[in-house]
Amino acid sequence: MSTPPASQQRGPTGPTAPTATADATPKAKMSKRQKAKLSRGIQYAILIVIAVVIAVVADWPTLIDTFGRIDIAIGMFPDVITKALKNTVVFTGLGFVLGLAIAIVLALMRLSSVGVYRWLAFVYTEFFRGLPALVVFLVMGFGLPLAFKGFNLPQLIIIMIALALVSSAYMAETIRAGIQAVPKGQVEAARSLGMSSSRAMFTIVLPQAMRIILPPLTNELILLTKDSSLAYILGSSVDGRELTALARAEIVNTANLTPFIVVALCYLVITIPLSYLSRVLEKKYGSADSGVK
Amino acid sequence: MTTSATASLRETGTPIIAIRNLQKSFGSNQVLTDISLDVDKGEVVCVIGPSGSGKSTMLRCINVLEDPTGGSIVVDGMDMTDLDLDIDAARTRIGMVFQSFNLFGHLTVRENLTVAQIKVLRRSKAEADRVAEENLAKVGLSEKIDAKPSSLSGGQQQRVAIARALSMDPDVMLFDEPTSALDPETVGDVLQVMRNLAEAGMTMVVVTHEMEFARQVADRVVFMDGGVVVESGPAKDVIGDPQEQRTKDFLARVLHPGQLG
Ligand SMILES: Nc1ncnc2c1ncn2[C@@H]1O[C@H](COP(=O)(O)OP(=O)(O)O)[C@@H](O)[C@H]1O
Ligand SMILES: [Mg+2]
Repeated sequence: MSTPPASQQRGPTGPTAPTATADATPKAKMSKRQKAKLSRGIQYAILIVIAVVIAVVADWPTLIDTFGRIDIAIGMFPDVITKALKNTVVFTGLGFVLGLAIAIVLALMRLSSVGVYRWLAFVYTEFFRGLPALVVFLVMGFGLPLAFKGFNLPQLIIIMIALALVSSAYMAETIRAGIQAVPKGQVEAARSLGMSSSRAMFTIVLPQAMRIILPPLTNELILLTKDSSLAYILGSSVDGRELTALARAEIVNTANLTPFIVVALCYLVITIPLSYLSRVLEKKYGSADSGVK
Repeated sequence: MTTSATASLRETGTPIIAIRNLQKSFGSNQVLTDISLDVDKGEVVCVIGPSGSGKSTMLRCINVLEDPTGGSIVVDGMDMTDLDLDIDAARTRIGMVFQSFNLFGHLTVRENLTVAQIKVLRRSKAEADRVAEENLAKVGLSEKIDAKPSSLSGGQQQRVAIARALSMDPDVMLFDEPTSALDPETVGDVLQVMRNLAEAGMTMVVVTHEMEFARQVADRVVFMDGGVVVESGPAKDVIGDPQEQRTKDFLARVLHPGQLG
């Protein structure tokens, strides 16, 4: 109502020079709202321009022919689900469980009163946090079997260990922080009731730390789902392919890139519910009253 | 009436808690210089003294939440500083109540009262439940058995914490300023529970600033300052007619905060 008529005429997307900057307070307030409106308008305009440019410039028939061949997509079913998606989930799940077990041990070592344990856990954590997942997979898959004659573990085990190594360092740090966030009084109360320190840790501290740990752990699971794609460099039998390996094989077979799109959607089928879960957990436990006193 | 009831329950002879020349340092900071204190079975000892005088540290040395750096502590015949002692088993016989309650936040009231009974004392679930219900009734909170601690008031949480300690059937109870973190209106309920316990013959060491409680319930009052016991004796003497200047100064500050504060 009290908006200057000029801005109404120009509309939200019109170019406006901020003229009222040096004015008195009530007018300065107005110009703030005006500016916000203008900024939003510009953002929409940019979006529209980009969309239009893409729509006009892109070679749609070729694009669809390369990435969107429905027949090829349909041809991938049901194997893409029953084998590849299943394998991705299995690899990720196994790697995560082993990684979590290692991470808990590492976190407890970091909090140990024995200096050597603290140091070992620190070195491990720094080492694996600093390595690209690809390097871990290469060493596990090709380096170790060359170095040690007896090291020919089943593919599944190698993938599981590689993913565990990749994820355990991050998770250890997350768990350590979670444990340290549980007030000392909880342990003291547990010890005063006759619980041993390990009993107190597993019965009293860890369950409460979980509330703090769970949301970041879910994020780690998402990262690990994506990291599991590195299993493709190890090669595998047809039945042992996870999503990325399947995509590469199908791309070679069909000389078309549609399998990438199908597989990308499959990854999203896993990761989007997980990020939703992560947000729910964060909302539930992340706020002030987490029950930890 | 209180005094005669406790006196009759009190056994003469060896004290149930015997602290001899207790010393405790944190690094170079000597907090307890030389504490000796006996507590008889059924006796209620209130420990008073200014903040930082080492009251909590002394109490926490009794169940070895803090490791003493010198001296000896014998509770119920158990040498608490003996490295061969099963410290976890020993602690089940010493109940402790903290200023900040320290209820287990992820467990219900019932679970708070049963978890150590089941995992430490190896009682059956049914037995632990029965003991929990009995002790919860003692503190007047039977209806809260399925509540989460965070839904209770401070006073209620502290009463649950007392019930939790009692559920282990301890021989002695240690209280570290159990009402200091409470809203004034909930203090009375907690003190009443402690009064009942004292009347039932429980051996209690209570660090407190509640002079009225000490006067009425304590068989003995110990005044600590600077890591030593300055004065000790019946409540009517130590609080009513203190001999040491430091005790007089402290009581003047606590009892008449307006005049000297
Ligand atoms: N864990 C600890 N580490 C280092 N110093 C401590 C620790 N606990 C207590 N202290 C020190 O010991 C002294 C006595 O503390 P405390 O026993 O809590 O006194 P009170 O309970 O009488 O207020 C204080 O100076 C305190 O800083
Ligand atoms: Mg204290």
